[in-house]
Parts: sequence; C-alpha cells; structure tokens
Amino acid sequence: MPTVSAAFAPLRNWLMAPSWLIVGFFLVLPVLLMLVYSFLTKEFRGGVIWEPTLAAYDQFLFDRGLFGDAPPRLQWAYIQIFFRSITQAAGATFFCLIIGFPTAYFIATRADNAKVVWLFLVTVPYWVNLLIRTVSMKFLIRDNGPLNEGLTALGLIDAPVQLINTNVAVQLGLFYSYLPFMVLPIYAAVERYNFALSEAASDLYAPKWIILRRILIPVVMPGIVAGCILVFVPSLGAFLAPDLLGGAKTFMIGSLIDEQFKGNAGNWPFGAAAAMILLLLVLIVLTLYARSQSRSKV
Amino acid sequence: MGRAISMQALSGAAPAAAIVLRQVSKTFGDFTALSAVNFEIGDNEFFTLLGPSGCGKTTLLRLIAGFEDTTGGTIHLYGEEIGNLPPNKRPVNTVFQNYALFPHMTVWENISFGLQMLGWTRKDIDRRVGEMVLMVKLDQFADRKPSRMSGGQQQRVALARAMAPRPRVLLLDEPLSALDLKLRQEMRTELKRLQRETGITFIFVTHDQGEALSLSDRIAVMSAGEIQQIGPPSDIYEYPANRFVAGFIGETNLIGAKVTAVGKDVLTCELSDGEIVHARSDAPVSEGRAGSISLRPEHLTLSWEKPVGESLRGEILEVTYLGTDMQYRVRLSDRLHLDVRHQNKNNAIVAINPGAPVYISIADNAARFLVR
Ligand SMILES: Nc1ncnc2c1ncn2[C@@H]1O[C@H](COP(=O)(O)OP(=O)(O)OP(=O)(O)O)[C@@H](O)[C@H]1O
Ligand SMILES: [Mg+2]
Repeated sequence: MPTVSAAFAPLRNWLMAPSWLIVGFFLVLPVLLMLVYSFLTKEFRGGVIWEPTLAAYDQFLFDRGLFGDAPPRLQWAYIQIFFRSITQAAGATFFCLIIGFPTAYFIATRADNAKVVWLFLVTVPYWVNLLIRTVSMKFLIRDNGPLNEGLTALGLIDAPVQLINTNVAVQLGLFYSYLPFMVLPIYAAVERYNFALSEAASDLYAPKWIILRRILIPVVMPGIVAGCILVFVPSLGAFLAPDLLGGAKTFMIGSLIDEQFKGNAGNWPFGAAAAMILLLLVLIVLTLYARSQSRSKV
Repeated sequence: MGRAISMQALSGAAPAAAIVLRQVSKTFGDFTALSAVNFEIGDNEFFTLLGPSGCGKTTLLRLIAGFEDTTGGTIHLYGEEIGNLPPNKRPVNTVFQNYALFPHMTVWENISFGLQMLGWTRKDIDRRVGEMVLMVKLDQFADRKPSRMSGGQQQRVALARAMAPRPRVLLLDEPLSALDLKLRQEMRTELKRLQRETGITFIFVTHDQGEALSLSDRIAVMSAGEIQQIGPPSDIYEYPANRFVAGFIGETNLIGAKVTAVGKDVLTCELSDGEIVHARSDAPVSEGRAGSISLRPEHLTLSWEKPVGESLRGEILEVTYLGTDMQYRVRLSDRLHLDVRHQNKNNAIVAINPGAPVYISIADNAARFLVR
C-alpha cells in the first residue's frame, strides 16, 4: 500500500490541480478580496480608497451620533437586522424540515420508478429562475391576488388578509426557495436507511413513533443536518425574498449587504465588513456542529 | 405484553404447544410464497426450517414475527391467536439474517432497547444486560458501537439483544450464514448451549443441512413454499419422504425403479437397466408402481470378489479424495452411475485404477423406495 500510493503521489497532486484552481479562484480569492475591502476607506460613489481603516467595523458595531463625535454606544440597528435574519433563517429551516422530512420519507419509500418521478417533480420549480418564482409568489399572495380572492370567494375570510410585507411572506418565500435543499439530502439518507432496523425495533416491542424518534431519525441525522445547513445558510444571506415579499420591517442582512454594492449610494467597505461578520457567524455555527459530531462519534 | 400471554398459558390445563400453524399461506401478488403450511412446535424445542434459497423460510419467519400478514390460516402462540397482532405485541424475538443492529447505539444500548420498551426498571435492565453480555462473552465490548466489531461479535450482540427480553420463542434467520466455517462451528455449539440453558423455543432457519442435522430436535424440510417432511434429523436422513428430501439432505444416489413384487416389508424393484434391488418404503406401494430408489453412498461397500448378500456389478470410473472419505464413482451401465463412499482408514483400498471391475454391496435396509 504505502509504495503504491507513494508512486502515485506526484500524479495525484497534478490531478488535484484543477479543483485547487477552482476553489482558489472562485472561493478563496473573492473572500480574501472582501476581507481586504472591509479594512479600506470608502469612496463616495462606490468603490474603495486604498487606505487601511477600521471604520467599516466601527460603523457596524457603534453609534457615534450624526457627526461622529458623540461617545460611542452599541449600534443596535444592525444587530437587530442580524438577529432578525437569524430568526427568519431558523424559521425557514424549521418549516422546510417539518414539510421536507415527511416528503423525503414518502419519496424514499416509493417503488424505484415512482421515486424518479417524484424527485423530478420536486425539482421542477427550480427550472425557473429564483427571481421570477419570487415575483410570482408576490402576485399570488398580494391583497387582491388569487389567494386572497379565492379565500374571499369561498367565504372563509371577509376582507383580504395582509400577507405581503410581513414576516409570514418572507418565511413563505424562503421556504419556497430552499425546500428542495432540505428534501434531497434527507431523501438520500432515508433511501440508504436499512428498514430492517425498524423491523428489529418493532420486534423489540417499540411502537411506531418510538421507532421514528429513537431509530429512524438518529440514523438519518446526517442527512437532516446537511439539509438544515443547506437551508439555513443561504436563508441567512437571502435578499430576494425579503426584498420582494417583505417590506422595510423585514429587512434582512442579505439586503443590507446587497444595498452597499448597488449604484452610487453604497458603501463597499461597510458591505464587506457586514459580509465578513456574517461569514464569521456561519463558521462559528458550523465549527460548533462539527465539534459536537466528532465528540459523539466515539 | 409477553407476560399476559404467558400467564394465561401457564394456568391453562394442557400444556399448549409453543407454536401452532394451521393452513398458513402467503401470496405476493399472484406469486404463492407459502401454501397451506401446518405444524406444531413443542415447548423448548429446537425446530429448524431447512430448504433451498427462495423456498419461503424467511417469509414463514416473518409471518410468525408479524412483519408480514398471512394471506390465510392461523398462528397460535401458547394457545393464543397472534395472527392479527403487530410485531411489537408478539412475545417473540428475531435474530435477523444481517443482524440489523442499531448502528448509533452501543452494544449495551442495543441489548437494553427491548427491555426499555417493555418498561423494565433501570435496575432490572442493568442487571439483565450485564447477564447477557457475560453470556455471549462481550462484557469487554459493552461500550462499542456495532460498526467496530467483527461479524461473529455482531452476531452475538444480535443474539443477546433478541434473548434479553426473555421471549417465549426465538426466531433465528440464518444467523450463522455470514460467518466463516471455524466461527460457524463455534457458534453452533454456543447456540445449542444457550437454547438448552434458557429453555427458549428456537425456530431456526438455515439452508445448511449440516447445521440443521447437528442442532435440531426436529427439522421441517421445505421446498417451493411447501413443507416436504417434518421429523427428527435421523428420520429425515434415514427415511426421506420423497426424492426432494433424499436429495437435499446429505448425498444420495437416486435411481429410477419399478416395483415388481411386494413382500411383507420388502419391495423387489427393477432398476432401469434390469438389475434387481430390494428396498423398503414407508408409504404403501403396489406392484408395478414406478418411483425411485435412494441409496446413500456411505451405505454402499466396494469389493473385488462377489459378496454374499445382494450386490451390483460395475466398474470404477473415478476416485475422489475427500479427506475423511474416499468417493468412488462406479458405472453400472451406460445410464447408471453410483457414488460409493468409504471412510479413509489405514486399511483402505489404496490404489484403484479407473476401469477396474468391482462389486457393490448394499447395507441391510439401506435402500429406500420413494414414490414421489
Ligand atoms: N415482499 C415480497 N414481494 C414479492 N415476492 C417476495 C417478497 N418476499 C419474498 N418474496 C418471494 O417469496 C419467495 C420466498 O422468499 P424467502 O425470502 O422466504 O426465501 P428464503 O427461503 O428465505 O430464501 P433464502 O434462503 O435465499 O433466504 C421468493 O421467491 C421471493 O422472491
Ligand atoms: Mg431468507
């Protein structure tokens, strides 16, 4: 074994080259660029001046009054936006999980040819651009849209329920955007699940819901966690759904960053700093998760 | 739940059989996996289902365990009809073919699972699991996860897990098939010991006849969803009910024959090449009946000179060395070949040239006439 892998080592390094190149160019480089920008001075019509400063982070964290000469106080506005983003993302993850798990389970337990059809159906909406889907969602749920009109016509409601520009609308948008990212990893895990385990548990006197809680869910947990990460992380930075479906009250961190890079009104270093703080947050969560995993795997 | 049924059974007058199957059948779509299976298994019996792959052994176990619903017929456990109970309400436990150990639990947690489900107290569970890991000699591995254990160890965990709740009946689906020969032999002895010590009724599935013969109190030989014969190992081996059983258990020479005369308990039969052999039959047979004769290779003896009793003439085609035995293939006629087996002793005929003329004598009562 060691001789073989040693002999192939140079070749293997070369074979790895394209992936390193892609990771380097499309992942590491842009992040480094953002990191550098976040420590530079802003140019007023967008862009940066190459003078190092901590101003962007200072602006994010502290409020120094209108003219910048008051004693610094913690800047609650941005922290609130962050907090709201986390709750929105957590909510979207929760709803995707609640709906995605049974869906994935259902698909994984169909006959082989039916599985293919179901999986295809799950991905069909994703053949349409996210922006268009979000806009059409907006039309669906607005005050005089088909949803409200339909419910009124059925006599279920008297007046249109306001959905647009609420947290509910944002939740709906995020849920709709990222549901397949929950369904697919869980599907893959349930598909690999050995149903003899459920039979064994039932043979050992376990009722159905205990089998679900103590056998099925723990065994497919890696798929559930993967799904949650895949929904939570993009939801946290999402800006299409909050922008189009929510209003000013549902402003999320993704929109905040997005604005800083738009047109002439933006502030690049500030946007970069907010992005870095978001990245740091995500990394902390993932690290905590990875550590808890490696500890439980004795 | 197990309690309720066992108490009732104990208070009943006559000791009920552990398991009674009546006219049990199972179809998948239009495929009949089991048709009209009937048997009774006594308390503390080591009962084996033996048959070739696909004959319905697993299906039968799954019906008893409750993983599948019967298409027809009834299953009684100690006098109680259990056919309509879900698996978690049946006081039987299963050792699965591929063990099906819970991968996210340690050995200890695996074994205690059933006890927790039955609502045992913490103290009782700990004591019982402690007993079980000692019994299967896994006390040092109690904190391991199954993925980090060998096949034999996993097998023992599966056994301990299934036996921990003290089931009335233990179902074992080819539990030894994944093990290598040496380990399999060890585990066989172990299984037999456990069964004797615990007094649990075992229903053991295998397609290995050696396993079946050496372990069982009784064997049910199955083929194509039907029971062919039920009986103690020696009966199954010595008095096979039909060609299938004779051929499946041990090796045998099956020769087409016709009954020419019916004696008091001996039939005179004519082989397809005209030779005459005397055979016995368990079923009543009339003159002129066609069937086959089963001759076990080890019941045949070769000699150079014509022996006193009944004998056949032939010439040696092939000699095979089998370790404990020598096997000779002898040609009687163009269409008739017989296998003969001699134990390898010091005085064995050493060199036999293919083509050498020999006589084959048949041990008393060894030839069986089979109608089917
Ligand atoms: N769920 C099912 N649907 C359709 N056919 C089935 C199903 N389960 C089993 N069968 C069929 O029933 C027959 C008996 O299967 P079973 O698993 O009981 O065989 P077995 O005797 O246990 O064989 P082996 O020794 O290979 O395990 C097989 O022909 C199998 O194809
Ligand atoms: Mg089987």
